[in-house]
Amino acid sequence: MNALPIIGVWLGGWALNIWLARFDTRLSRMAVAVVFGATLLILWEMAVRIYAIPAVILPAPSQIAASFAANGSILWTDFVQTILRGALTGWLIGALAAMLTAIAIDRSPFLQRGLLPIGNFVAALPIVGIAPILVMWFGFDWQSKAAVVVVMVFFPILVNMVAGLKATDAMQRDLMASWAAPYAASLWKLRLPAAMPFLFNGLKITTTLALIGAIVAEFFGSPTRGMGFRISTAVGRLDLPLVWAEIVVAAIAGTLFYGLVALIEKKVTFWHPSQRK
Amino acid sequence: MDDTVIKAQGVGLTFQTADGPIHALKDVDLDIDRGEFVSFIGPSGCGKTTFLRSIAALETVTAGQISVNGMTPDQARKARAYGYVFQAPGLYPWRTIRGNISLPLEIMGFSREERAKRIAHVLELVELENFGGKYPWQLSGGMQQRASIARALAFDADILLMDEPFGALDEIVRDRLNEALLTLWAKTQKTIGFVTHSIPEAVYLSTKIVVMSPRPGRITRVIQSTLPRERPLEIRDTPEFIALAHEVREGLREGHSYD
Amino acid sequence: MTRVWRNAAPVLTVLMVIIAIWYLGAVRMNATWERDQAARASEELTTSQMITRTLTQDRPILPAPHQVAVGLYDGIAGQAITSRRSLVWHAWVTLSATLAGFAIGAGAGILLAVGIVHSRSMDQSVMPWAVASQTVPILAIAPMVIVVFASAGITGLLPKAIIAAWLSFFPVLVGMVKGLRTPDAMQLDQMKSWSASDNQQFWRLRLPSSLPYLFTSLKVAIAAALVGTIVGELPAGATAGLGARLLSGSYYGQTVQIWSALFAAALLAAGLVAIVGIIEKATLRRMGLAR
Ligand SMILES: Nc1ncnc2c1ncn2[C@@H]1O[C@H](COP(=O)(O)OP(=O)(O)OP(=O)(O)O)[C@@H](O)[C@H]1O
Ligand SMILES: [Mg+2]
Repeated sequence: MNALPIIGVWLGGWALNIWLARFDTRLSRMAVAVVFGATLLILWEMAVRIYAIPAVILPAPSQIAASFAANGSILWTDFVQTILRGALTGWLIGALAAMLTAIAIDRSPFLQRGLLPIGNFVAALPIVGIAPILVMWFGFDWQSKAAVVVVMVFFPILVNMVAGLKATDAMQRDLMASWAAPYAASLWKLRLPAAMPFLFNGLKITTTLALIGAIVAEFFGSPTRGMGFRISTAVGRLDLPLVWAEIVVAAIAGTLFYGLVALIEKKVTFWHPSQRK
Repeated sequence: MDDTVIKAQGVGLTFQTADGPIHALKDVDLDIDRGEFVSFIGPSGCGKTTFLRSIAALETVTAGQISVNGMTPDQARKARAYGYVFQAPGLYPWRTIRGNISLPLEIMGFSREERAKRIAHVLELVELENFGGKYPWQLSGGMQQRASIARALAFDADILLMDEPFGALDEIVRDRLNEALLTLWAKTQKTIGFVTHSIPEAVYLSTKIVVMSPRPGRITRVIQSTLPRERPLEIRDTPEFIALAHEVREGLREGHSYD
Repeated sequence: MTRVWRNAAPVLTVLMVIIAIWYLGAVRMNATWERDQAARASEELTTSQMITRTLTQDRPILPAPHQVAVGLYDGIAGQAITSRRSLVWHAWVTLSATLAGFAIGAGAGILLAVGIVHSRSMDQSVMPWAVASQTVPILAIAPMVIVVFASAGITGLLPKAIIAAWLSFFPVLVGMVKGLRTPDAMQLDQMKSWSASDNQQFWRLRLPSSLPYLFTSLKVAIAAALVGTIVGELPAGATAGLGARLLSGSYYGQTVQIWSALFAAALLAAGLVAIVGIIEKATLRRMGLAR
């Protein structure tokens, strides 16, 4: 009997979406996605209330929102510590190092053939595992988190950038040769611009990795702030709404981070077929 | 008029591939004088592109030698002797048409004013004045090809090498560009190497027509044009023109009877 | 033979350089402790003494490669497989959860992809969220998920498998949707001109053309599933699995144990990806799609 309203809302949302999907305009597409998300939230809230699920197992969206509003300053401190200091710093350093390495080995086919298989191999490894080691080396504060992030993002970006620097077509390289262009000119004017779509591919993949690295590394030791620290202590106190509020912050931060990189990509690689409008 | 610019002696080029060697060129001898317009014609795969690329030092010959202005092709390339137009436009998608033409000029160290002047000039030559600010992918295929010709003209190399530059264009545009090319050639006295599949185009443009045949790629006939240097489009209806075209066709057929 | 060598030589060279740097780093990073010890005992260390001591410490800051190799060998071959100190046993705990999660996640991803390709409303509802969810660091909250499950009385393989499933679900979903959509309008029209049924169109055209995409994302997914499982083994209290080895190593300063567990995880990841790769090759060859 209790399940009836839930099934009702679900069927209602479903029917609404089937109806909306028939229009297939930009606005209706957005509406469909929003309706789907909203339906899920409502179902979640209803399920928690109707079945009286205790907050220690699954808090309702309203409880999470309340906790979010009540703990604003804590969430902000954690955001600065984990996302800005740990993830962002590490991501920037790692990305820069990877790009410079890619350019450095671009001239040497030998190094490329040596480093690329290793880079591809390392990119598929569970690198988060080095977190305990780096926390041991660099201490509990954000420096060790940034170091984990550097290692995690380095190889995916390197592999993409090296592939990108090679992605010029033969005719464009021949043209450069027919003009007797020196190495620097062909790097700046041909290879780097051609590498941008690949580079941004790597940059986008690694935004999520950066957040993961920064948060997970905090489970191995951290000062008394930071999202990973807060999540583990809040779980200990069974303050699940706060845990979920941190998750919401991570989700928003992750989406914004990704969106920002995607936006820059759009500006930089406007000429690429996937970006043309 | 008759100092030799490009001299090929016993040139051979063999590609080593997985299924054995391919003889793209064999025993090619050819002299090209300053100011000549030389067309290369022959069936697909007979080595026209390969020969042009060897002249421009984009391939290295495996037998014989090529000299350009008394230098090796590579030295000539470093002295920036070539303007090369490829079979496809090969424009850089992240640069505007103007930016594309400007690219070789930037590499060769021309000043900003000089670049602007030359870009305006060549854009006018290929009738793209109003499209300088557009990106290549916003232009039609024919317009892109014209832009790539403008790019090769911009830096005023002595030797212009063109690999089927008009292959993708419609007949009318092709006629216009042929005329424009002849005017330009008359004005600048450049030496031009030109690959084409069209007999009328070869006869209309050239002072010398080189007929090639495949497997191995070699020259079967070199035909000196008897047409005057001044050539209106109507010259294509004269008996002299038709006779030349006939001779080229004979040459092509002769090459084919080998296999 | 020479071809193999030409491909292997650069990789081997780079590996040698890495190992050399590793040894140098081990000597430098472990030297401080040795120097302190020597100063306390007021003895002078010669260079060769210094090197041998820094490379044989019990709890080095950075263990030398051969120490890790010995630790790895000992963990794999030196113990009874059922022993708690056997890396094989821990790897098996991790592997079983990984495979269970991978099977659930990949299966769900494939099924949902088929639904999405056939229903426009499903496509427009689910896809935007599926794509957006990729930007969320789900992995980071994995340990917490484990704790929540534990507080509800669910422990063991299942919670870890759920995380692994969650992580392998999205790559498969996105890759499979992309793959099922690869047939172009011309191929679809051709099917239509033969008046093929939806079913025939799916089995004869869409599914075969999606396979290369599917396998590419399966490789990503199985690596992600392994990472998810390992992270799921990190919360305090876990005693089994490679992740737990990492954690207990870091508690007790057993650096050799950490590094051995790390390398065991790397071997496992490489092995899993390689197996998917082999299945991919065999399948594509049988379907005549291999190049
Ligand atoms: N890089 C290469 N490697 C191996 N073989 C090649 C290579 N480039 C060209 N060839 C071969 O050399 C021969 C001549 O090729 P080339 O491109 O010069 O022909 P072409 O006369 O320009 O033909 P088309 O009129 O079709 O452009 C062909 O048989 C071709 O297969
Ligand atoms: Mg050709």
